Amino acid sequence: MSEMPATARPTHRRATIETADGQPRASAYVCEAASCMSAQSHDITLRLGERIAAAGMTDVTIKRVGCLGLCAAGPLVEIAETAELFERVKPDDVEGIVKALKKVKPTDTRRPQGPFFEKQLRVVTENMGRIDPESLDDYVGRGGYEALKHVLSDMTSTEVRDEITRSGLRGRGGAGYPVGLKWTTVAKAEGTQKYVVCNADEGDPGAFMDRSVLESDPFRVLEGMTIAAFAVHANEGYIYCRAEYPLAVSRLRTAIRLAQRAGLLGTGIADTNFNFDVQIRLGAGAFVCGEETALIASIEGRRGTPRPRPPYPAVQGLWDCPTLLNNVESYANVPTILNKGADWYSEYGIGKSKGTKVFALAGRIVNTGLIEVPMGTTLREIVFDIGGGIIDGRPFKAVQTGGPSGGCIPAQFLDMAVSYESLIEVGSFMGSGGLIVMDDTSCMVDVAKYFMDFCREESCGKCVPCRVGTTELYMILDLITRGEATLDDLAQLERLAGIIQKTSLCGLGQGAPNPIFSTLRYFRDEYMAHIVDKTCPAGVCTITAPEVMA
Amino acid sequence: MPVLHAKPQAPTDDKRWKIVETRMRRMGDRPAALIEALHAAQEAFGYLDTDALNYVGDTLGVPHSRVYGVATFYSFFTLKPQGEHTCVVCTGTACYINGAKDILSGLEKALHVKPRQTTADNKISVLTARCVGSCSLAPAVIIDGEVKGKVNVDDLVAQLEAM
Amino acid sequence: MSTVFTFRIDGKDVAGSEGQTVMEVAEENGIDIPGLCHLEGIHDRGACRLCMVEIAGSPKLTAACVTKITEGMDVTAHSERLQEYRRTVTEMLFVERNHVCAVCVANDHCELQDLAADLELTHFDLPRISPKLDIDASHRLFAIDHNRCILCLRCVRVCDEIEGAHTWDVMHRGLETRVQTDMGIPWGESTTCTSCGKCVQVCPTGALFEKGRAVASGSKHQRPFLPWLKIVEEERGR
Ligand SMILES: Cc1cc2nc3c(=O)[nH]c(=O)nc-3n(C[C@H](O)[C@H](O)[C@H](O)COP(=O)(O)O)c2cc1C
Ligand code: SF4
Ligand code: SF4
Ligand code: FES
Ligand code: FES
Repeated sequence: MSEMPATARPTHRRATIETADGQPRASAYVCEAASCMSAQSHDITLRLGERIAAAGMTDVTIKRVGCLGLCAAGPLVEIAETAELFERVKPDDVEGIVKALKKVKPTDTRRPQGPFFEKQLRVVTENMGRIDPESLDDYVGRGGYEALKHVLSDMTSTEVRDEITRSGLRGRGGAGYPVGLKWTTVAKAEGTQKYVVCNADEGDPGAFMDRSVLESDPFRVLEGMTIAAFAVHANEGYIYCRAEYPLAVSRLRTAIRLAQRAGLLGTGIADTNFNFDVQIRLGAGAFVCGEETALIASIEGRRGTPRPRPPYPAVQGLWDCPTLLNNVESYANVPTILNKGADWYSEYGIGKSKGTKVFALAGRIVNTGLIEVPMGTTLREIVFDIGGGIIDGRPFKAVQTGGPSGGCIPAQFLDMAVSYESLIEVGSFMGSGGLIVMDDTSCMVDVAKYFMDFCREESCGKCVPCRVGTTELYMILDLITRGEATLDDLAQLERLAGIIQKTSLCGLGQGAPNPIFSTLRYFRDEYMAHIVDKTCPAGVCTITAPEVMA
Repeated sequence: MPVLHAKPQAPTDDKRWKIVETRMRRMGDRPAALIEALHAAQEAFGYLDTDALNYVGDTLGVPHSRVYGVATFYSFFTLKPQGEHTCVVCTGTACYINGAKDILSGLEKALHVKPRQTTADNKISVLTARCVGSCSLAPAVIIDGEVKGKVNVDDLVAQLEAM
Repeated sequence: MSTVFTFRIDGKDVAGSEGQTVMEVAEENGIDIPGLCHLEGIHDRGACRLCMVEIAGSPKLTAACVTKITEGMDVTAHSERLQEYRRTVTEMLFVERNHVCAVCVANDHCELQDLAADLELTHFDLPRISPKLDIDASHRLFAIDHNRCILCLRCVRVCDEIEGAHTWDVMHRGLETRVQTDMGIPWGESTTCTSCGKCVQVCPTGALFEKGRAVASGSKHQRPFLPWLKIVEEERGR
């Protein structure tokens, strides 16, 4: 049922307006990532340009930047020198920004305030909101491509792999597989033709980390992929990006072109004899194509159906050649690790979960948007300190992580330190990093049904347990939400969910029962209310069965 | 793999076929270009009809049944012409818990269309997507390619009716 | 020459050569592992999930038809748990479409029916999905009843891998998946179909059948063309 028109293309794009000659005294950063763009932030850029020109201010620059983080409050404008942030900027507010720009003194230093900024640690997102995503100079100006040059001139591929292994970086696309280990497998796999693939399919509904990274700092992903290619001896790469992200695709295209022109992609990269080039492939609206073997089938121009593993793509992937497949955020970590060293990186984090994680905050939370925190930050810090708590001060009910294969975590775990392991322990999953906050207006049975509806629509249909089983689970959940189910149905639901988890071919079917398991584990009373008392405590479901007599 | 067949002719002399042809040629007219070619054809014509599917399949040397299998697998591709305008309602998680259901039922009430349907006057097609990545603006819709955030049903209906 | 591995299936010592699957070695040793998408002679796709087995030391189940044998592996192909899973997966196939055996052309000659009997699947508890689907009888010799199709895709594979016609493929996805010919057109209008009948012969159920003939007198279970692919592959040294 998910369709997008082919016309979903960014409607306007213009380069940074530079009015200052030489060093600017003051700079206004206007967020032009998709969220703010859809709130007409580009008009603000244009208007600011006009007003500043009219006021004859020549020591001020206006810059289009990527995501400033507080997406829900867009359009966002920041005065870089003072870190003063203007939210929900309307054309009429532009005068006020101009006034503020006038007041900026050369001695002002940037210090963003408040827990939203102070609790974050920016590695992957360090350039986000600081650079023009379509300017290679901006990226290089902030240390971009230093890592690649260092790697190509001073390191062997083994050294690069060892550094990544020592950093403890794990895959950010879901399962948390050690990145260094995967790189080593690909490097050692037999074959002369190898590929590097970036998974930018980001299918988990409620997740937009990868999109923001691609829209705000596309060169970082290219640099990470190029380093990876050097480390595994590959010369060709693909970025598989959802067609639903037209702005990300167009920024990537620009970045690839600029990098090619600057000799940072293509033959003889950075004046060495290393060659690597990247192509973009568009998804076409199939969640399952985020699964690695389905993604590969899709790049090959086929139906995106997964195949049994082994053989793993690292050994036999794209066109049966060894293929390194990592997520956007995984690649985006690479340049920083090589710049600052594995030791620096692995100091952050907790246990076997090193470094930082980017999360997309969404749902019934005040500061919806994009954040990056060290692994090990607690859910409470994320939801309440950074996220600003629940909208309208309503009670927190659960936070959903891991997308359709994930689970709902109740309030009792708010003080849990977030890591790959801890999330699995409480019956959820890191997934790609979408955090969806729910309050008392959500019915947890309805939420489970929502995810099952998603899975049955997105099931590729290849294997029986997922193709038929997700619909079976959906039908039973539907009975429950209508108040028409019995306790036998509930037992059947649990039994069936277990079998689907054990027998499905790929992660979609294997993970599909998770929302049921986690809601049953923490919110069984809500199931019972629907089944026994024929009521929906949250008032979401329409009960059709007659109410039972007390 | 060498292409053993003669290159087929475009179905009509519509200039838009050139775009499709170029896109395929750039990828070596190989079967792997199938999805890119379908994207190109849908971008050019708005939807994929049998002529387009046959032409793409024949050019790339892909059996017709496989072309059809691919075109129907991916929900982005549509084999039917769409209305003049499209309204994509996001039904991703963030939008769902922020009222996407109400938007769909509101549209159904006002315009008498369900998802994947087009109004009787052929003006508006209502589609759905599972997350368009604007979750912080939930509930979100995309009207003719432009994202609208924090949508209010009545305003949306008014806007669509005025189109 | 290829290495010989010895290992165990259900406690029985067996041997096979490197590259063989658990399913193949089981078949050679008279151990019956159920499976409906598997058919010797065409490529395995591991899709029906009926052949799931346990391998000692691995927490996950794996499909025997796509699992290569290794030295010393210890396979459990039959256990209470596995049989329950198989029963449920088979039940899913029954409730997905419409299988009224009594009026089916393949009655008594259906692999799905046989499987249900072997698993002692006597009644269904799962909610029925069973949409009413079309029967396409436009072909001169054959017909397809989608109500009986279990989407094993043997027809698609045999048509592509052996006949080389690629008339069959699948369309849509998930529960909407259907096998189809050419551009989803009626079978009788297909320009690629050679009317060889191989798809009919490999179909495990009554979905594909020869017009005017009950399966018993038809040619299912006679598939002389199937070893062909295997031989070719062996010659190519795969
Ligand atoms: C159904 C399904 C959907 C997935 N979707 C994505 C996705 O959208 N993005 C992603 O990076 N990984 C996704 N994955 C995980 C990938 O298969 C793969 O593990 C990952 O991209 C590997 O990269 P990493 O090791 O860097 O995380 C998905 C997996 C499954 C089973
Ligand atoms: S689990 Fe679902 S998505 Fe994965 S192969 Fe099976 S049917 Fe396809
Ligand atoms: S028609 Fe027969 S052979 Fe083809 S997929 Fe259906 S059940 Fe299998
Ligand atoms: S859930 Fe609607 S945009 Fe992400
Ligand atoms: S026979 Fe192995 S999955 Fe079908």
